[in-house]
Amino acid sequence: MELRADTTTNAGQLLAAASGGERRVGDRIFSNLSVAAAVTILALLAGVAFFLLLEALPAVTASSSELPGDQSLVDYIAPLAFGTVLAASIAVLIAVPLAVAVALFISHIAPRRMVLALGYMVDLLAAVPSIVYGLWGIFVLGPAAVGPMEWLERKLGFLPFFEGPASATGRTMLVAGLVLTVMILPIVSAVAREVFAQTPRRLQEGALALGATRWEMIKMTVLPFGRSSIVSGAMLGLGRALGETMAVTIILSVSGIVTFNLISQANPSTIAANIALNFPESSGLAVNTLIASGLVLFAITLVTNLAARAIISRQNPQ
Amino acid sequence: MSPSRWLAIFASLAVLAIGVSACGSSGDSSSGLSGQIAGAGSTAQEAAQEAWTAEFENENSGVTISYDAVGSGGGREQFIAGGVAYAGSDAALEEEEGELGKALERCKPGKLVEVPAYVSPIAIVYNLEGIESLQLSPETLAKIFNQEITSWDDKAIAADNPGVELPDTRITPVNRSDESGTTENFTDYLSQVVPSVWTYEVSGDWPVKGGEAAQGTSGVVEAVSAGDGAIGYADASQAGELGVAKIKVGNQYAEPTPEAAAKVLEESPEAKDLAKGPYMFPYELDRKTESQGTYPIVLVSYLIACTKYDSAGEAEIVKGYLEYALSAEGQEAAAENAGSAPLSPALEEKFKPAIEAIG
Repeated sequence: MELRADTTTNAGQLLAAASGGERRVGDRIFSNLSVAAAVTILALLAGVAFFLLLEALPAVTASSSELPGDQSLVDYIAPLAFGTVLAASIAVLIAVPLAVAVALFISHIAPRRMVLALGYMVDLLAAVPSIVYGLWGIFVLGPAAVGPMEWLERKLGFLPFFEGPASATGRTMLVAGLVLTVMILPIVSAVAREVFAQTPRRLQEGALALGATRWEMIKMTVLPFGRSSIVSGAMLGLGRALGETMAVTIILSVSGIVTFNLISQANPSTIAANIALNFPESSGLAVNTLIASGLVLFAITLVTNLAARAIISRQNPQ
Repeated sequence: MSPSRWLAIFASLAVLAIGVSACGSSGDSSSGLSGQIAGAGSTAQEAAQEAWTAEFENENSGVTISYDAVGSGGGREQFIAGGVAYAGSDAALEEEEGELGKALERCKPGKLVEVPAYVSPIAIVYNLEGIESLQLSPETLAKIFNQEITSWDDKAIAADNPGVELPDTRITPVNRSDESGTTENFTDYLSQVVPSVWTYEVSGDWPVKGGEAAQGTSGVVEAVSAGDGAIGYADASQAGELGVAKIKVGNQYAEPTPEAAAKVLEESPEAKDLAKGPYMFPYELDRKTESQGTYPIVLVSYLIACTKYDSAGEAEIVKGYLEYALSAEGQEAAAENAGSAPLSPALEEKFKPAIEAIG
């Protein structure tokens, strides 16, 4: 009976504390702080958008003869936007299946002892600075890709993607896309892995009990359960790939054109890389033009994020 | 470690820092100069500026000079805005976007100083298996870079290199992907010497689409090294192991040596319309020179400063620094550190009054 008396007192104290004046102050401070944090984020975002609009305006209103390259703003930004989306799409197309496979291996297939080490390794990929990926791209992956790209030109040259002529240095859109793939792989797989591991046991065991093989079990329970996490992971990865600057700046041989040819020396630049390349020597209206392109990147990222939200919320109506 | 220990360490560090800065400002320098100034601009000048600041700070221990290689455009902008005391620029100040006028305004009531301080040859570097030496006429060079000539065994290249067995490797012309003074000087050379072939405008942004592009001088050198059949243009000091083409000047083929580069500046006329004052020495580089011993693909970079500053101390440092940069020792230091071409004594003499006017 002593025990029970104790529990009652504890409960009583808890109740008293919850309704006591002292805790109320703490609650108020906490809620004020969190409101302030949320408002700060909104203010920052609005501030960035406002800055971009304000600084982009002179370039929008200027006549095309005053802009860099004597072309209209749309003609200037369109190839960049195209290159940005192309590089990011290559990365997402390759990274997502790979990341899902890696996540499945870690959550369902790997022996328990390997799981921790492997998960740690994948996370480590995310910790490598992007400039290091860039250097790896031009010194290692690029030169190594010259031979395979020549092979692609010979064997698959009828496809517009591998039309060639294959670059002699390997600094192509395909290589940039592959480096971006490695960079976004850990993000996509980390998100997917967490959710795959949370697939209800009863579903998995039920499927196995009904005679499903391991692959069928994964297909019937884990993948449907994790679908929205795959989509949101892919969108996070896409966001990173769209905005990635340093690695693309170093690797890609840019040439201001629009082409689907992934293995030649002439590639469209990306918005972020173009800003990094041209900002140092720019002044006046050229800076405004670069900022206008930044505004377009901001808009592209915003639209992708909104689209991702829409997809996720349609899949999980609750 | 306990907080009080941290506090003690922090306090002693602070005391030390105050002590050191006190030493700095009391100035035990021989020249009596002390204080700090900042400059910004051309990345081409970066290595030369490093040599100059290190040596100048060595001579004048009370002085700190920082040079931020943000790029010529950024340097000019910061100079006009009054953010830095001097600027390094790969191009002379021009009326375009009112830069010249604003710079003159910034220096009032003093005058604007603009002197060439850094001359560097731009080498045409190539990577072609089995070819140790290569000669190119300006016309062939322009056709390679505007992608008219696409193979190394082209008749035009063969004509420039009699007796050399050229492979049928595809040519990969490599240009800068970032806007740069090197590109501007190279395209200026092409459009002055072979305007019929090179029809593009002179610009720091590479005008031809479809070539291989790489970031910075190091990027171009790396790309040329990586690709068999690649050819590019880069600061001569950075060419490293790569082959360097000889360029036809007059009826001879010239190499990018510092002497040959310095000679071009000497023989070039001043751009009188850009000189708004007695202390400005903008040049209209004569790339079409045919005289022996010149190499016309050069980059000339200027130092831009004012004759008057808010404080006399600042003016004295700018004066001392520019004096050193343009002196024989300064030019020699830059040549050693950056592979640039030292100014001739005649030019040093010519620019002297501009430096002396500061203060």
